[in-house]
Amino acid sequence: MSKTITIDGNTIPFEDGQTIMEAATAAGVYIPHLCHHPEFTPHGSCKLCTVKVNGRICSACTFPAMEGQDVLNNTKELTDDRQLITQMLFVEGNHLCPGCEKTGNCQLQAVAYHLNMLDNHFPHFYPNREMDASHEDVLIDHNRCIFCTLCVRASQQKDGKDVFAISGRGINKHLIFNSQSGLLKDTDLDATDQAAQICPTGAILIKRTGYQVPIGERIYDHKQIDQVSLETEHHQHDK
Amino acid sequence: MKQFIQDLAETNRYQATHLLHILRGVQSRFHYIPEQAIEQIAELLKISRTQIIGVIEFYSFFHLKPRGQYELLISDSITDHMLGKQSLINYLSEKLTVAVGEVRQDGVVSLDNTSCTGMCDQGPAGLVNGYALTRLDRTRIDQITDLINQQKPLDQWPGELFQVEDNIIEPGLLLSQSINQGSALQSAFKRGLKETLIELDKSGLRGRGGAGFKTATKWKFCSEEQGNQRYVICNADEGEPGTFKDRVLLNSYAHRVFEGMTLCAAIIGAQQGFLYLRGEYLHLYDKLQSVLDERRQAGFLGNNILKEGLNFDIEICLGAGAYICGEESALIESLEGKMGIPRNRPPYPVTQGYLGKPTVVNNVETFIAAASIAVKGGDWFANVGTEKSKGTKILSICGDCSRPGIYEYPFGTSIQSVLNDCGARDVLGIQIGGPSGTFISNKEFDRKLAFEDLATGGSFIVFNNSRNILDIVNNFTHFFAHESCGFCTPCRVGTALLKKQLDKIVEGHGSAGDVVALEELCQLIKTQSHCGLGQTAANPVLTTLERYPELYQSQLKNISYEPGFDLDGALETARRLAKRNDAGAHLAQVEE
Amino acid sequence: MTNKIRVATTSLAGCFGCHMSFLDIDERMLQLVEVVEFGRSPINDIEHCTDCDIGLIEGGVCNSENVHVLREFRKNCKILVAVGACAINGGLPAMRNFIPLEECLNEAYINGIGVENAQIPSDPELPLLLDKVRPIHEVVKIDYFLPGCPPSADVFWKFLTDLIDGREPSLPYELVHYD
Repeated sequence: MSKTITIDGNTIPFEDGQTIMEAATAAGVYIPHLCHHPEFTPHGSCKLCTVKVNGRICSACTFPAMEGQDVLNNTKELTDDRQLITQMLFVEGNHLCPGCEKTGNCQLQAVAYHLNMLDNHFPHFYPNREMDASHEDVLIDHNRCIFCTLCVRASQQKDGKDVFAISGRGINKHLIFNSQSGLLKDTDLDATDQAAQICPTGAILIKRTGYQVPIGERIYDHKQIDQVSLETEHHQHDK
Repeated sequence: MKQFIQDLAETNRYQATHLLHILRGVQSRFHYIPEQAIEQIAELLKISRTQIIGVIEFYSFFHLKPRGQYELLISDSITDHMLGKQSLINYLSEKLTVAVGEVRQDGVVSLDNTSCTGMCDQGPAGLVNGYALTRLDRTRIDQITDLINQQKPLDQWPGELFQVEDNIIEPGLLLSQSINQGSALQSAFKRGLKETLIELDKSGLRGRGGAGFKTATKWKFCSEEQGNQRYVICNADEGEPGTFKDRVLLNSYAHRVFEGMTLCAAIIGAQQGFLYLRGEYLHLYDKLQSVLDERRQAGFLGNNILKEGLNFDIEICLGAGAYICGEESALIESLEGKMGIPRNRPPYPVTQGYLGKPTVVNNVETFIAAASIAVKGGDWFANVGTEKSKGTKILSICGDCSRPGIYEYPFGTSIQSVLNDCGARDVLGIQIGGPSGTFISNKEFDRKLAFEDLATGGSFIVFNNSRNILDIVNNFTHFFAHESCGFCTPCRVGTALLKKQLDKIVEGHGSAGDVVALEELCQLIKTQSHCGLGQTAANPVLTTLERYPELYQSQLKNISYEPGFDLDGALETARRLAKRNDAGAHLAQVEE
Repeated sequence: MTNKIRVATTSLAGCFGCHMSFLDIDERMLQLVEVVEFGRSPINDIEHCTDCDIGLIEGGVCNSENVHVLREFRKNCKILVAVGACAINGGLPAMRNFIPLEECLNEAYINGIGVENAQIPSDPELPLLLDKVRPIHEVVKIDYFLPGCPPSADVFWKFLTDLIDGREPSLPYELVHYD
């Protein structure tokens, strides 16, 4: 008999070593997330996947599933907090969707849509951030970086490289590149690297590929991120 | 430079875990970390340059751009402010002709603020090239200015500038009863290590850092983990503003601290220990090293300690200006040569700590208590205190009182009796446990020091009725925004937003909904943050908002909304460029 | 006087794209004017906002005139609505926030290619620019937000009919987009 936890009252099975996120995804339950990706070591930083486990706040992507857990995921309280956290990400950087190639295919935007976020609520920081267009095939727009470290992890864990890192402290955090000049062109990044493809926002873009999919056919035009996420990540968790 | 770094790396055995040691060396020699140094260190330690840059940009005491040959930092603790810090730093800036945050043109001196340096009983305080300066006043600043302008080496500066007092005013159970060097280990071996752990359990000792986890249980868990490598870490990253008791304990009770660590090593089976000393306490470093040497010579450290087959030694690691490293898993990351970012838990350090091995992390005071308990037995300790909080607590008392310093009290002591002892009069309130703790008002002085009532890591700041609560809260809120590691969204963005929102209210630009918005933000940061820093960063606002709601409300204007930025100021550039100053070139902050 | 619901609209630092999109409700406009009449709006050239039920604001705040107009709307509208990306987060005009204003003005009026008689306009009739473009919720209190660049005609229709029929306005997934 397999072990189980409950999520919002529904019993779902889990295996030892699975996180709550992994057990939920395998059972077809979506928990919002941005810094999590099934192929990489969980990070636990965006805090969108916060759930309540037996009354205690935990990050579903890092917290192990254990017998006897009653997990709350889809509650008004958690959804409200998740919306505020998403709004924080929007005001922290410069997310001007109408001018971004990633629009329609952007996970940050899609999570916000999913949470029915209609405004940014907080005052904007409008930080002065640079772009790095030095690389032949890949463009970095720091304005859109949310410090999820997916590119950092993908480069290390998948590409066998070490192109990206997050540096700095607090609100001054920023993405840096592993080259003496500090420029992306002097790293060994290729456009085909998973690190170049994995950005959940428009911070890392492959040049000359923007706006190729017409409006109406983009990933999140008709499907919500919960559905897309479960379709694409379910099998990856099983690997 | 090349040879210097080569030697530095060699001294540190090319260990990536020693990155902070090496960077401290480079910063101290060149007053920044040059690009060539980064390249060379990356090569020698076989780590990526991005890891090094990450570390440099994470810790306040490392810099990518040159600082002055004299790096002058002034403590920004609320207690330093209460002693006139702001006018002193302005005076200093004027005398030295360097703006705060800048390097003087000739490169000789740089001036900046720094988080509390732990000299709250002898402030206003500062640091010069890492060394503590105390009791700053205009005379001393004139003196320091001359010394800097003459470019006198620090070792030729008058010693009184660096004089740090213990100020032990009220010693108690632990501080008044000394134990002989080695006696805790001897007693433990004589009694048996298992039996000693039972004594420790019987004593009821709970961690003195603030969280209050039972020490014997932590040691037991760690000893039961698989594997043969374990570590003992003493957390001396005393960064909570208003706390300085660990500084005094390390200055005058270092033997007992190390004895406690060695005792722990014997019980859990560790061979290596670390004392993580906050960078601000650099002045203690040499003294502590010589205490370690003495102990090695006396057979209390090293191989086959007391001929009982115990092999254990202790290394001292200095921090580099990051409050977050007081969080135990961030401290471990820092010890491993990385940015101090708190880990996800579980796993906890007792199962996977330093280098992934089982590790005990305890506060300085906890190790002292453990050593004394090993000698005097569990009952000796448990007979003092309350049901849930056994023994005594050592407090660092500062602020508006006539006798600031170190006080040791049995748990259960009332706040009023502490106030009587330290000479506090006309008291408005007290910050207990530092900014991350609780602000209590003068109606609550019958409350008690105890985990079950007012828990504290040791910080106890007294405010009299001349103080403005909002100034205090503002200082603390800025502190947390400055010290947030930035790992998780709610703390990284939330503490920065909280700072903005509180500034708006304090500066008198708040309107009807602004206190509600403030509280909403506080709750979010508190419930959603990754670690203790974020979870407590809103405490200054929340604990004062609960006690003085009218104070916040009275700051609000009787209008529905006021912009959080200076509207007229936002036209300044355009006015200047258009050379206009007519009525139409201005905007009222609020609609008339 | 009629019992119709009064609606006022304006565009601050916007492109009138949201207004164009509003007009895209096409023949439904006839249904709307059965129950709604317009106060100040570029649709009818009425120049000042007087007592209204609903004010629709397109565009962010980039200059002193925007502040005055926005305040006039706030004062006279029971419900004030931020319409479109620029009103909500500054939008594309906010891209100038990353260039110091002095540099912007110098480039446009002094050093730019083809500039003749170089001078920064100083006529008191002209509104002065703010150092940054701001979303309108940072200047006055806003009651509702309609995202989109522009919000589709269906967004306007859904929102207004919800309000008119006394429902709490809400937008289903298909109507929420930021581009």
